[in-house]
Amino acid sequence: MDLRLDRIGHGYGPVEVLADISLDIPKGEILCIIGPSGCGKSTLLRLIGGLERPDQGRVLQLGRPPKDSLNPLTYIFQDFALLPWRTVRGNVSLALEDHNLTTSQATEIIADVLARTGLSDFADAVPKQLSGGMKQRVAIARALAVTPAVLLMDEPLSALDAQTRELLIDDLVQLWTRQRFTAVYITHNLGEAVRLGHRIAVLSRRPGHLREVIAIDTPLADRRLGDPDLETTQRRLWDLMRDEAAAADRELA
Amino acid sequence: MQRTDVRDVPFRGGGFRPKRIRFIGLAAFIAPIALAEWGTRAGWISPLTLPRPSDVLAIFGELLETGRLWDHLIPSLTRLAVGSVLGVSAGIAIGTAIGLFSYIRAGLVPLVAALFPIPKIALLPLFVIWFGIDEGSKYALIALGTFTPTVVATYGAVDNVDRTLIRMGQSFGLRWLSITRKIVLPGALPGILSGLRVSLAIGIILLVAAEMLGAEFGIGAFILQAGSLYDLERLFAGVVILSALGVATSAAIGAVERRLLSWRS
Repeated sequence: MDLRLDRIGHGYGPVEVLADISLDIPKGEILCIIGPSGCGKSTLLRLIGGLERPDQGRVLQLGRPPKDSLNPLTYIFQDFALLPWRTVRGNVSLALEDHNLTTSQATEIIADVLARTGLSDFADAVPKQLSGGMKQRVAIARALAVTPAVLLMDEPLSALDAQTRELLIDDLVQLWTRQRFTAVYITHNLGEAVRLGHRIAVLSRRPGHLREVIAIDTPLADRRLGDPDLETTQRRLWDLMRDEAAAADRELA
Repeated sequence: MQRTDVRDVPFRGGGFRPKRIRFIGLAAFIAPIALAEWGTRAGWISPLTLPRPSDVLAIFGELLETGRLWDHLIPSLTRLAVGSVLGVSAGIAIGTAIGLFSYIRAGLVPLVAALFPIPKIALLPLFVIWFGIDEGSKYALIALGTFTPTVVATYGAVDNVDRTLIRMGQSFGLRWLSITRKIVLPGALPGILSGLRVSLAIGIILLVAAEMLGAEFGIGAFILQAGSLYDLERLFAGVVILSALGVATSAAIGAVERRLLSWRS
């Protein structure tokens, strides 16, 4: 299943947040969306997943989601959004509970996603015992459990420290290499964008419109921290954004 | 270079953090009692102004021996239990509904605000007409008294449930009932339980008031009889039972909190 954004525009009251955004999100590709703070990146992601309705334009699904997909458009949130009163297993199970699965089916799915995210030994831990990185791994496991057609990731690594972020980037690359997923990845971190994005869409400051889409051809698995080609792309992205970011910084909310 | 003036950096931290100190609480109970005992024995407190604590204790012994304690305590506890179970469960249900539905909120919040400040004891004659002079009116009074604070605490608690968790539930396509049962109610539980402390304390106050206005048995009736005879020892024994009741309910809620809310960091 592909997604297409068709001339999306959105505002809150008199404030126009997004203007005339058209983008294709083809299957099996990670699309990063970057832009200065307050440019409406997160709003765009909520529109894509149907958590909000766009004022103008449409979000289109091209083709049907695979039959085994329980929740075709699945989010991963910046603040993890785990239920603190449930264990790791319970948090993953939450996403499966309304889908009429048998207990053995659910147990099997949970064991599989916990294994894929390296959480098998932590199934009975509760969120307050876990580090930020482990919490986000639980959220990733929960998202994988419903076999999404498209993962919608809202700054998933922004609440983590730089070292944990590196580890999780590696995890995500590994997950993608093993089983290609489609994702829209919102971030303000250019380093994350060049490591994880097959294409990178640059938004302008508010009202956000599409400035440019940059494609990176290097396979995800071959991208390394400090790779000179990636550094060049990152520099180019920063040149595109710098003035806007500076202007956005001086704006009153 | 030799430095002569070497000192520790002065400590300025601490952050006003409360420390857990044992036995001070117990001492705060014992000290005034010991003082009263000493004063009444030594004679610089007249027995007419304050009963001797050991005499109050003797009254307890007598109450236990004759079984009169249970004659008064059991009806009181039954009234408190029935009334507050009715009031609290209705309060949690209505409070949750206010938290979840905008129409119900718009309709009921002003009504609850109007009910809350009414001294419920003033309505006892009305309840006697509606529910009879016996237990019915007492149940109703305690139920109404615990209902309003529970409603207010519950809808506040529902409002405070982390919105990102609810949005997460919606994004995974969970049913409305699942979101309410698995996300909203557990998330509201801390607020509901702390509201319960207030509600039950109000319940105890109303229990005594109702029993003073018309009951043969019950702690309130016991205190009233003692008071009208100026039997200060018995009066104090009754008051001590009430305090113990308050401490016991508070401890019970504390135990429930430790059990159900261990997930809080």
